[in-house]
Amino acid sequence: MAVMTMRDALNRALREELARDENVFLMGEEVAEYQGAYKVTRGLLDEFGPKRVIDTPITELGFAGLGVGAAMAGLRPIVEFMTFNFSILATDQIINSAAKMLYMSGGQFKIPIVFRGPGGSAYQVSSQHSQALESWYAYFPGLKVVMPSTPADAKGLLKSSIRDDDPVIFIEQERMYGMKGEVPEDADFTIPLGVADIKREGADATIVARSLMVPLALQAADELEKQGVSCEVIDPRTIRPLDINTIVESVKKTNRVVVAEESHPFAGVGAEISTEITERAFDYLDAPVKRVSGADVPMPYAKNLEKLALPGVEQIVAAVREVSYLN
Amino acid sequence: MDNQSTESTGKPRGTTSAAAIIDADMPNGCGTRVADSNMAASEHPTENKETLLDIFRRMLLIRRFEEKCAESYALGKIGGFCHLYIGQEAVGVGAISAIRADDYVLTSYREHGQAIAKGISPEAVMAELYGKADGCSRGKGGSMHLFSKEVNFLGGHAIVGGQIPLATGVAFASKYQQTDQVTLCFFGEAAVNQGAFHESLNLAQLWKLPCIYICENNKYGMGTSLERAMSVQNIAQKACAYEIASEFVDGMDVLAMRHATQRAVERARKENLPTLIEARTYRYMGHSMSDPGNYRTRAEIEKYQERDPIKLFTATLKENDVIDDKQIAEFEAQIKAQVESAVRFADESPEPDSRELYTNVYAAPIKD
Repeated sequence: MAVMTMRDALNRALREELARDENVFLMGEEVAEYQGAYKVTRGLLDEFGPKRVIDTPITELGFAGLGVGAAMAGLRPIVEFMTFNFSILATDQIINSAAKMLYMSGGQFKIPIVFRGPGGSAYQVSSQHSQALESWYAYFPGLKVVMPSTPADAKGLLKSSIRDDDPVIFIEQERMYGMKGEVPEDADFTIPLGVADIKREGADATIVARSLMVPLALQAADELEKQGVSCEVIDPRTIRPLDINTIVESVKKTNRVVVAEESHPFAGVGAEISTEITERAFDYLDAPVKRVSGADVPMPYAKNLEKLALPGVEQIVAAVREVSYLN
Repeated sequence: MDNQSTESTGKPRGTTSAAAIIDADMPNGCGTRVADSNMAASEHPTENKETLLDIFRRMLLIRRFEEKCAESYALGKIGGFCHLYIGQEAVGVGAISAIRADDYVLTSYREHGQAIAKGISPEAVMAELYGKADGCSRGKGGSMHLFSKEVNFLGGHAIVGGQIPLATGVAFASKYQQTDQVTLCFFGEAAVNQGAFHESLNLAQLWKLPCIYICENNKYGMGTSLERAMSVQNIAQKACAYEIASEFVDGMDVLAMRHATQRAVERARKENLPTLIEARTYRYMGHSMSDPGNYRTRAEIEKYQERDPIKLFTATLKENDVIDDKQIAEFEAQIKAQVESAVRFADESPEPDSRELYTNVYAAPIKD
């Protein structure tokens, strides 16, 4: 184990997988000579050379489609979006090509590709650079969607994503790159996709949180512990396929659940989780499922408004108290 | 309503001379050259008789196959959208005759002809159109999504221009893996207005990728004529923006298509360089089977039919004593039997098992 940042854990995963398989290559804007806009790809050009670590022009639809085509012909591309906001330009190739190729070719063409980069809210970058798009991608059968919340998870999940034979949308959180944690150094360390992690065990209420909301949920659980409420915090880690069983088992134990997310509430992942719980464990619920979501507005620039648009520890605490009828 | 037909623009087109398809006033910039469609047959590179007959037979097979598709569609045997290739056979057959079996082809949704030219059996194509288990995409793709890993036919893509970045990526993979395979990418002229076309050509020249872009300019994007859709209508010239070699070719002349593609293949295989070929062609049928074609006149269609690619090639072969009427009749009979056998095969093939609904979504099944 070594203590490292999320950024370095991701870098380690990329380096190990580039070294492991010649067919893996990395491309994106500023990934090579500039060393990555967020320095996730630092040092990779020097180590693997320009054939394997490739700077692209600003042409998201072009290089995303090029990656899918390369995957059809046997390569395993890792495509970095400088931020997932820019992936919107590439959605035709991600959705119409990558997600459907295996199916519409009757199983002939697998698309082993990872689209990765930062997503979610950042710091005062306003509406077009601060948005959570996981519910878009999770909507489509054929795609897998991964969102790590710790450096160790980031490393293990990214390695699994690169080795996976399906297209994976791997969303890192821009605010979490500097977050530190213990990370296994073993090159064989991987975390399977589709397996949730119980980040904290508890008895009275379940908080389902992903990405940036996990550390906030853990802080909320600490606070609630002081108030006499024992919370279980579950991180699905993979949005699709979703490990709903782990969530439902927890709800059957605690009978109360809050879903915390920084994305918009409408037609979001939280809405899906809430529906699944209602369908599978309605009789176990002692209160309606409660969502804590980002405000249903484009992200504003002003610092005070931005803070208001994002859920924080206080909202999670209040929501758990609400489902526990403590307010 | 024929006010959108090309006649009304005052630009005469569609006479029997090649010069009408390749406008005399087209500039020859950026390595652009007039292809050998204006050459006399004797000036064409020497071809052996077997090759010429094989090309002829493939064009005729595709024509008869597509005519049968129109019948089957009318009978309700083929569903959904169905885009026929009749009139454009010389483009796909000529170009694909110039590549190796292990080279790649990607194309649009008007792809039955190219799929057959690349080597998918008419049986497997027809069964796919019929939505059957023995179809080349196991009944899951349909008319617009024909695939065969075995013959490196990589689809059948139904978002206009979507195949262009994909083909660029396949060519990238060939260069990365240091094979000398080349990729042919077919698309209609309407795709040229999409960003995907421009993004791909930029990347292909920037990274020197062995991709051959073949624009099948059939003059209409669905019901919208080229004149109503494109500010600069010389498509070959658009390669200038990327300093990519380009040619415009008489797409009704199968040997002109073959030879232009051979030149592009040479460039791609030896130098890893892309090429843009603009093939001037014409589709006789509607955009799809549901298109009544009110945007053009019968007279316009008939003008182009005077330069029908099969008719032109038949004349060339007869002039050169490669084929006679007796042999043509024999080919017709063989092809008729082949197409009927494809229909029988498709009819008799079972529907996909209902369990197939949930297969091939992911490479390995997802456990609940």
